[in-house]
Amino acid sequence: MSVLKILRRKSADQQPYWQSFEFTSDDPNAAVSTALTALNSRSDLRDMSGEKADPIRWECSCLQKKCGACAMVINGVPRLACDSKLAELGEVITVEPLKKFPVIADLIVDRTVIFDTLRELKVWLERGVTPDERAQEAAFEAAGCLQCGCCLEVCPNYYAGGRFTGMAGALPLTRLIAELTDEQRREVLKAYRKRVYEGCGKSLACRKICPAGLDIESLMARSNAAAAWRSLFDLRK
Amino acid sequence: MEKINIIGAGLAGLTAAITLAKGGRHSRLISLQRSERAQSVLAEGGINAALNVMGEGDKPEYHFEDTMRGGVYLADEEAVRRLTEGAPDIVMWLAGLGVPFNMKDGRLIQRNFGGQKKKRTAYAKSSTGKMIMSALIDEARKYEVAGLIERYPHHAFQGAVIMDGVCLGAAVCDTYTGERLTFGGRVIMCCGGLAGLFPRMTTGTTQNSGHAAARLFGQGVVFGNLEMLQYHPTTIGIPDKRCLVTEAARGEGGRLYIERQGSKWYFMEEKYPELKNLMPRDVVAREMFMVRRREDCGDTVYLDMTELSVDVWDKRLPDLRAEIMHYLSLDPAREPIPVREGIHYFMGGINTDVRHRTNIAGLYAAGECTCQYHGANRLGGNSMLGAVFGGKTAAEDILSLPEADTPDLPDAAVTDTEPPEAVKAELGEILYSGLGIVRSESGLMRALERLDELEAREGAFPESRLGRAMLLSALKRRESRGAHFREDFPERSEELRAPTLAVCRDGKIIAEIGGDRI
Repeated sequence: MSVLKILRRKSADQQPYWQSFEFTSDDPNAAVSTALTALNSRSDLRDMSGEKADPIRWECSCLQKKCGACAMVINGVPRLACDSKLAELGEVITVEPLKKFPVIADLIVDRTVIFDTLRELKVWLERGVTPDERAQEAAFEAAGCLQCGCCLEVCPNYYAGGRFTGMAGALPLTRLIAELTDEQRREVLKAYRKRVYEGCGKSLACRKICPAGLDIESLMARSNAAAAWRSLFDLRK
Repeated sequence: MEKINIIGAGLAGLTAAITLAKGGRHSRLISLQRSERAQSVLAEGGINAALNVMGEGDKPEYHFEDTMRGGVYLADEEAVRRLTEGAPDIVMWLAGLGVPFNMKDGRLIQRNFGGQKKKRTAYAKSSTGKMIMSALIDEARKYEVAGLIERYPHHAFQGAVIMDGVCLGAAVCDTYTGERLTFGGRVIMCCGGLAGLFPRMTTGTTQNSGHAAARLFGQGVVFGNLEMLQYHPTTIGIPDKRCLVTEAARGEGGRLYIERQGSKWYFMEEKYPELKNLMPRDVVAREMFMVRRREDCGDTVYLDMTELSVDVWDKRLPDLRAEIMHYLSLDPAREPIPVREGIHYFMGGINTDVRHRTNIAGLYAAGECTCQYHGANRLGGNSMLGAVFGGKTAAEDILSLPEADTPDLPDAAVTDTEPPEAVKAELGEILYSGLGIVRSESGLMRALERLDELEAREGAFPESRLGRAMLLSALKRRESRGAHFREDFPERSEELRAPTLAVCRDGKIIAEIGGDRI
């Protein structure tokens, strides 16, 4: 049996409170998402003290680690609810919303800031590119980012609205760096240097936490080299 | 200024928005969650186009033939013609947007997929959907910043605003604030398949509730081929859903077998020596079902990928291997894995013409929510193609027309509530009992009786009406064709080579083949 101790909040302007629920499953793959789904499908949801409880608000979509919707803080660690097997989490499991984003209700947070950052960074290709085999591996890795926000949660250098974009902003930029060959590359490298390279403290906490298991270190090394080379080149001019 | 309302921000919705923006037109991209959470990111194996890069003399004509044959001649011939001729441009456009399709010696490469006689599926390892989505999301962002695309990323569709047979806009609800909004302008439905009618039984996402489509059905939109559900042969059970094992696993050499009297029986290879394990999905799923029923066979069909090379695992299917190890705690490179058929795709959906117009003026539909490309069975690699091509085609039709007037519509012009989870789950059980891999009149009649009971108790609701149309469509099709296998009518009937159309009129549901009364 698991006990889910959930940090709840009816809406942004209400006080948060803890509420605990019991859940049992025989399935070795049962995850926090399984428990939340099952609790919400109870017609008469009650907490451990027998109090009637409202359905728990949370977001999910694919339930197989591929969409990033269900990111939350579980036992103090940001991760996907669908990738958090109950059997590996101990008897009492604490479940909280991500903390670097405003809470909408219960476990739902508003991650708009991630997408605003990508707009500020102008993460798009101005013109079409010619497919290049040498760029494929890095582009594939970078484009795997789920935009879930877990990396931002653990990053000691990231805060919402700050200059440093965090990896959720940096990885889509590294896709462009891998693929661009025209004059847009110069602009992208400049943005990368200012908003990623100069802000990243290299703690690499993001690499350990990334639910997609992306090879952040290699992507960074590759882009850092390009960005640093760019700055040397500018100095020489 | 008219803003086109696009419901759904997956492949079809993004492509429609980008196409409109390139033509200088404004759109609202309305979705329950961000594009990153759309079901499109789950698509794995690839996207079809007769690029003829594999030295096999491939042509759009062959792609057309395979698609029509795979769909057992129920797809819209003209629509499939346009789809397959347009496919190479679609894939090259995506490559130009930076989708990292697998390449060799400086050229894009393609792989085998079920039901096709040529290597025609372009792919990015086994995450093709995610890769295409990432590229389209970036491309759409360019137009968001330019003010041409407005995102409404936590907004539920409540219904179309239809007056005098014309769609004037869409009603939506902000799920964060509860605010109800009504947007004027034409509407393109890109709301995905009907997975939500079968809760926990499909490979789809929880967001793909089918509710938007069900709402439209209740509003008089004509649907087609609703009996055509695709059971994907290779899925594994994980909590709350089925998890897909991509067809690429067989495209790259995976083999299906069942234990028969102590030895492995590779039944697909024995029965279908030409395409073997890569027969169309309907055939493979049915064969699996049938061998499991045999007295001399075991209860489990296995997918054997142990002969795949290290290179294939590393370069073409790395994500698949990790996924299977996570859920089954076994390494598919060393051991065969147990697989089972699971509901994966809905060939049926909103009926449109080749320009993606529905029977309601001003209302378009594209992507899995539509029905014209796949007939009675969809080929692997054609779904992403159909979604991108459909979104593009719908948008192009709007671009060819002058802007529509957008009258002021009252807020909450349409309101809507969803039924409780338990009721939806019961409906799913009823539909599944009638619409399995093998169907019969008696089974369908029993399911309809149970549905009567459910509606008598809970009242009819959008999903129950659409579910009824599915059961009636399956009942009307007194033959076996593609994904629809009737054990009481096991043969195909040439007289029934026409789509099944269904409509809800004054609360009464009519389904018929050919649709003369519709």
